[in-house]
Amino acid sequence: MGLYVSSTRRRALAVAALVGLCALPWLAQAAGQGFYVSFASRVLIFALAASSLNLVLGFGGMVSFGHAAFFGAGAYCAALLAGAGVAAAPLVWLAAFGAAGLLALLIGALSLRTRGVYFIMITLAFAQMAYYLVVSLPGWGGDDGLPLSGRAPLFGIDLKDDTAFYYAVLALLAASLFAFDRLAHARFGRVIQGIRENETRMEALGYPVFAYKLSCFALAGAFAGLAGALLASQSGLASPSLLHWMQSGTLLVMVILGGVGSLYGGVLGAVLLLVAEEVLVEITPHWQIGLGLALLAVVLWAPQGVAGLFARRRGDD
Amino acid sequence: MTERAAPPSSPLLDVCDVGKHFGGVYALNGATLAVEAGEVHALIGPNGAGKTTLIHTLSGALRADAGRIRFAGQEVGGRAMHERAALGLARSYQITNVFARLSVLDNVTLAVQARTRDWGTSFRFWRPFARDTAIVEEARALLERVGLGALAGRRAGNLSHGEQRCLEVALALGTRPRLLLLDEPMAGMGPEESARMVELVERLARQVTLLLVEHDMDAVFRLADRISVLVGGRVIASGLPDEIRADAEVRRAYLGDEA
Repeated sequence: MGLYVSSTRRRALAVAALVGLCALPWLAQAAGQGFYVSFASRVLIFALAASSLNLVLGFGGMVSFGHAAFFGAGAYCAALLAGAGVAAAPLVWLAAFGAAGLLALLIGALSLRTRGVYFIMITLAFAQMAYYLVVSLPGWGGDDGLPLSGRAPLFGIDLKDDTAFYYAVLALLAASLFAFDRLAHARFGRVIQGIRENETRMEALGYPVFAYKLSCFALAGAFAGLAGALLASQSGLASPSLLHWMQSGTLLVMVILGGVGSLYGGVLGAVLLLVAEEVLVEITPHWQIGLGLALLAVVLWAPQGVAGLFARRRGDD
Repeated sequence: MTERAAPPSSPLLDVCDVGKHFGGVYALNGATLAVEAGEVHALIGPNGAGKTTLIHTLSGALRADAGRIRFAGQEVGGRAMHERAALGLARSYQITNVFARLSVLDNVTLAVQARTRDWGTSFRFWRPFARDTAIVEEARALLERVGLGALAGRRAGNLSHGEQRCLEVALALGTRPRLLLLDEPMAGMGPEESARMVELVERLARQVTLLLVEHDMDAVFRLADRISVLVGGRVIASGLPDEIRADAEVRRAYLGDEA
């Protein structure tokens, strides 16, 4: 995989998708299916979480199996702040972003001393530690999780309205993806992709590789925390299952399905997985067999994921 | 070990009694070496003498167990590889080590971009790299210099072996080193490619101090200003090419049948 370059075509597709998503609540209302707006918010939140994992996995080349820890940290941060009476959404988002980023900085500083399988295992171990810590805290609701009393308003806009909340989520996702696009094309993005390709060579060229990897890991964790805070607001609950290793696995599946190292891979994967779940669960409770087959097909025939199917083949490669 | 006369100014690279062992095996056993600024210093020795281990300990890929390494007046023995590279101590690899999936141009721009003293840090998250035209221009000029100008858009992994060896050197050059450690640049090359690499190294020698590890004795005696001979992890002789050719100990230990 070469260094990432957004083609005009891909940017145009993204803008078209954004316009479509802006029209979605209106379309849902017109079709009398208003409850889908809340579902759509959920999908977009997972799209943000998966995109943040893609930053670590696809651009930084670090196979983190503990991304759920930061997702969950953001959710609990939002729930605790709501419990403390903080009534301003931007403050909650910022706090979740910062808290999850700090946790990622800590976990990353220890985990990034290892590589390969050891890195996978140690990130998994840290995330499970976070999970058991949260479950064991009675003040944080234990197994039941921590409910949120309501959604904090955004500059006077009441986010309890599902459509308003949906637009807030959409705006945050679009802004985050724009930031990721800038990052991928900036010098930092080139360096982390260089590290993905050949870590030793980057070190020999004079790059402090550890510092770059840690920054990437912490930044991705922060964005996962933001997604977690949004999910807690959306569902009205910070559940310990958000930190569970299966959640890390789900996010990984989304990224692999959508396209590792593609800017919109996380979004595509989240949409595919959650919509498939919604549709297929109606047909059969064994829908995950279908998911398994789909994953197998992607890994075998479309290693660049669904996003890779959209990209045109370049001549030389 | 030969006694080194104190040079008028301190050498660019001063390696003193460096030891490195792997378990019970001593790869380096008191290696001492001085590279003066501006020279081409060749390091020769039989297989298993510790040449590549020495390059690894100098570049920081391995830590020496004993001795000290001074570069440009600073003790660097304890420094990480990236810190040494930032000080101007660059290396190429014996086994080609480039960014195989990236374009040739991206390979070299990553090397040029690494020079924080010219461009500042790469912790820039927002400003598009496309605006750093000076970096790309320099990378293109560098590719012209090593004869890869026409291949800038190709995937590095698709280049021929000889072309990849040139790219390997270009990566090291992109960091504008003060001292370049060239680990067998002609490794695995045919005669024609070798001749071109010798020419390239000759041209480089005018711009940068070189420590050259090479098996091809014709190339070594043609390129080197001074030669050090490493045998069994120790430098048994260090001097002008003619002195090395005439050195009885070197002939016995290494050049033997060839000379």
